[in-house]
Amino acid sequence: MATKVTRREFIRGGVAAFTVSFAAPAFLVDIARAQGAVSRNLVVIYLAGGNDALSTVIPYTDPFYFSRRPAIAVPAGQVLQIGSDGSGKALGLHPRLTGLQKIFNEGHLAIVQRAGYANSSRSHFQGTDIWGTADPNNSGGTGWLGRYLDALPSPIDPLAAWNTSGATYRALTGTTIAVPSITNPAGYSFASPNAGAEAINERNSAIRLASAAGPDRPNLAFVNTSAMEAFATLDRVGSVVSYQPSATYPNNGFAQALRTVAGSIAKGIGTRVYWVQTGGFDTHSGQGNAGGGGYATLMSTVGDGILAFYQDLQNQGLLNSTLMIQFSEFGRRISENGSQGTDHGAGGLMMAIGGPVRGGIYGTAADLNPRPDNSTLENAGGDVTYETDFRSVYAKVLDGWMGADSTAILGGNFRVNAPAFI
Amino acid sequence: MQSGDALLDHLFRRAGFGASASDLQAVAGMSYAAAVDYFVDYDKQPDDVDSKIGLPDYVSVTTRGQFSPNTNIDDARQRWLFRMVHTRRPLQEKMALFWHNHFGVGYSKVAGAVGAVLGTKMMANRAGETPGPQGHYELVRQMALGRFRDLLIAVAQDPAMLVFLDGRTNTRARPQENFGREVMELFTWGIGHYTEADVYAAARVFTGWNLRNVPGMIANDPAAYQEFLYNAAQHETTAKTFTFPINGGSNTIPARAAASGMQDGIDFMTSLASHPDTARRLAQKLWNFFVSDLDAPNPAFVDAVADVYRRSDTEMRPVLRFILNSSWFTQSGNFNARFSWPAEFVVRSIKEMGWTGFSVDSARVPLTNMGQTLFEPPNVAGWQLGRAWFGTGQMLARMNFAATLAANQKFNLARSFTTTDRAQAQRVLNAMLQRLTPAPYQSVELNELLGYLNTGGPWTGSETQMNAKAAGLARLIAGSGEYQFV
Repeated sequence: MATKVTRREFIRGGVAAFTVSFAAPAFLVDIARAQGAVSRNLVVIYLAGGNDALSTVIPYTDPFYFSRRPAIAVPAGQVLQIGSDGSGKALGLHPRLTGLQKIFNEGHLAIVQRAGYANSSRSHFQGTDIWGTADPNNSGGTGWLGRYLDALPSPIDPLAAWNTSGATYRALTGTTIAVPSITNPAGYSFASPNAGAEAINERNSAIRLASAAGPDRPNLAFVNTSAMEAFATLDRVGSVVSYQPSATYPNNGFAQALRTVAGSIAKGIGTRVYWVQTGGFDTHSGQGNAGGGGYATLMSTVGDGILAFYQDLQNQGLLNSTLMIQFSEFGRRISENGSQGTDHGAGGLMMAIGGPVRGGIYGTAADLNPRPDNSTLENAGGDVTYETDFRSVYAKVLDGWMGADSTAILGGNFRVNAPAFI
Repeated sequence: MQSGDALLDHLFRRAGFGASASDLQAVAGMSYAAAVDYFVDYDKQPDDVDSKIGLPDYVSVTTRGQFSPNTNIDDARQRWLFRMVHTRRPLQEKMALFWHNHFGVGYSKVAGAVGAVLGTKMMANRAGETPGPQGHYELVRQMALGRFRDLLIAVAQDPAMLVFLDGRTNTRARPQENFGREVMELFTWGIGHYTEADVYAAARVFTGWNLRNVPGMIANDPAAYQEFLYNAAQHETTAKTFTFPINGGSNTIPARAAASGMQDGIDFMTSLASHPDTARRLAQKLWNFFVSDLDAPNPAFVDAVADVYRRSDTEMRPVLRFILNSSWFTQSGNFNARFSWPAEFVVRSIKEMGWTGFSVDSARVPLTNMGQTLFEPPNVAGWQLGRAWFGTGQMLARMNFAATLAANQKFNLARSFTTTDRAQAQRVLNAMLQRLTPAPYQSVELNELLGYLNTGGPWTGSETQMNAKAAGLARLIAGSGEYQFV
């Protein structure tokens, strides 16, 4: 077996070696099975737009939560109780997060409060890139998951990671890996204007055409590689279409993406990293009040979708092989604006969910009193200051779950003070 | 199709969406500079493309009941695609796409706030076709080559933008920052030129830039609309101080009476629009759109374009004329040096492969799978461009669209070859490469394409063979890597 073929060679020229016949997908399936022997999955959930952490995990006994958010505060009587954090501050989940409360009560939801980094960017785009590179001083270059994938033994399976979103993310950018973005497995098949043998002739020609360009034509080779990866993954991705879940997923994009992920895990197609995103969190206006409104809809989407996924995996005995982590590019400002919304802030919220997770509340909540000596706030008391470096959460995932060396991937040792959720 | 002049083909791909036979006739005999003028001075051609919708000889639209491009977003998408295919003003549609990406307004949030009918109107109402202001896309289309300053101000007062970035609820007591931030980060000079304090000040500048409902209307009435309102009672009137000068003078926009407070925003945007850093950032984006996104913006190009921009008082028409005549644009090294956007790929495929019996509606879902739903950029920063277009699923969607279109055009394609061409596979290939315009193939790929024609039996040029092979060849070419560049 051609185990000496590196990913780079695969992209640049090695493709020709197995494009002569349809053996290529089988070859890659073997790799996938070999690499998937550990059978541990990571599902990264990105809440796009800057999630208002204070509305997700609510400090419902802090008087400043109510005084600074007179219109949008969720009444204390509505929050879903999850106890108190290490500093004794009582916290509750948003009332629409009944799904997450159930998972919390089963001991498989870890909440990491005040996750972030110093001098948090208030830009969506720079902020998302920083969470991707895992380097607050550099929002360009490769991402932490891309570097993880780069470090896998070659040849790396083109389906080692699966981006269920149509957009590309810095976190998934590597030097030798191009993570496929596949939003809809149902449309993931080879189409031809002809049928039968003529279509097969055409498909063979298409594969050979896509493998023709060498490294002297890097941009063309890049495009062709995306075509080659499509050909190489068609059958495995297609197998997910027939998946029959054991739980009912809500009919929205987020839940349906999770359904696809569950199908991929259940079919054992070899993918180990999944990226799922759901948007709408840039809530400058219309967050709603009394536990209802726009933000409540977002929470239903998140909580109900994750619960369906969790139960589906649980029913099939796959929960212990799955870790979800959730993040957003920043938290939002503490005081509401005049639009029943909140503007861009700093410290945010992370979660870890799944069989291997040691549930609970990690870190301490901010004191929302904007007094000058309050070290849990910044920006003249306007924003929450981070407490847990987001990279320490990444380190825990990489070291404790993915079997990787976090110091190499993150460019430093962030194991110290990492929340012990695994 | 190819004109025989590689530079003219390049102009059509970049300043338009490729060339059909009738497009080439329109510039036949012109010098290159005259052809540039034809593109840039598009006002000389009538804006009559909508009157062709539904006529034979043009690409079709699919109607579900009445065709309602002002009030139904899917029909609005069809109309825009139709325009891209058949417009006599290609650069106008091209710049509309550029500005649509630049300002990043998305239909879903707008419609989520005001409903599907009004939301579509806010995105795509053509002036005068239903009551109320023209939609966002119509606005950027109409002002595509005018002064950027005027465009920026118009967009700040555009109902779709006021919903999308929440300006409609920006009020005096608690200003909110969405538009104030993005107008600096994304629409003008970019990150690095301002502080958080500047964002707060900008938020206050735009307090009272709201919307009003026209009374007596209900939300799903096609006649209902909302329009910009400067709400003096909600304007925060105190002075706003920035870390940079406003229009080259003081760092402070002075306190004003509420009645004249709208001038705060006009001053602020005028200052931003004419700032050298905005000029440079626009020049960089124009480099990536018109010249190359394989190479980083050339500093000399950026300086030169920024200079034209400022000397022309932010007017874009002289800027585009300069770019298209510049040696950066015309040098052959920059031909096919940009990754095509899905809309460009789809429209060029239709223009080159053919459209008789094809509906642009059949391109809507494929475009989404390719990563570009018109009227729905992923966020206010617009689409991720360049290599980001070529995820695995997105490339597969391109290949499959090529297959869909080739299947639809199967018999038209087969019959398009002369008897002489049909006689030899090599001539069929040559003729197809006159019709479709990929970046030049090398011999390895040409041999592969020829090999495809000769696979499955000896070449006879029979009708059966032509029906299969012409469509298969068209799909292979349009689905090849070379065709994904413009």
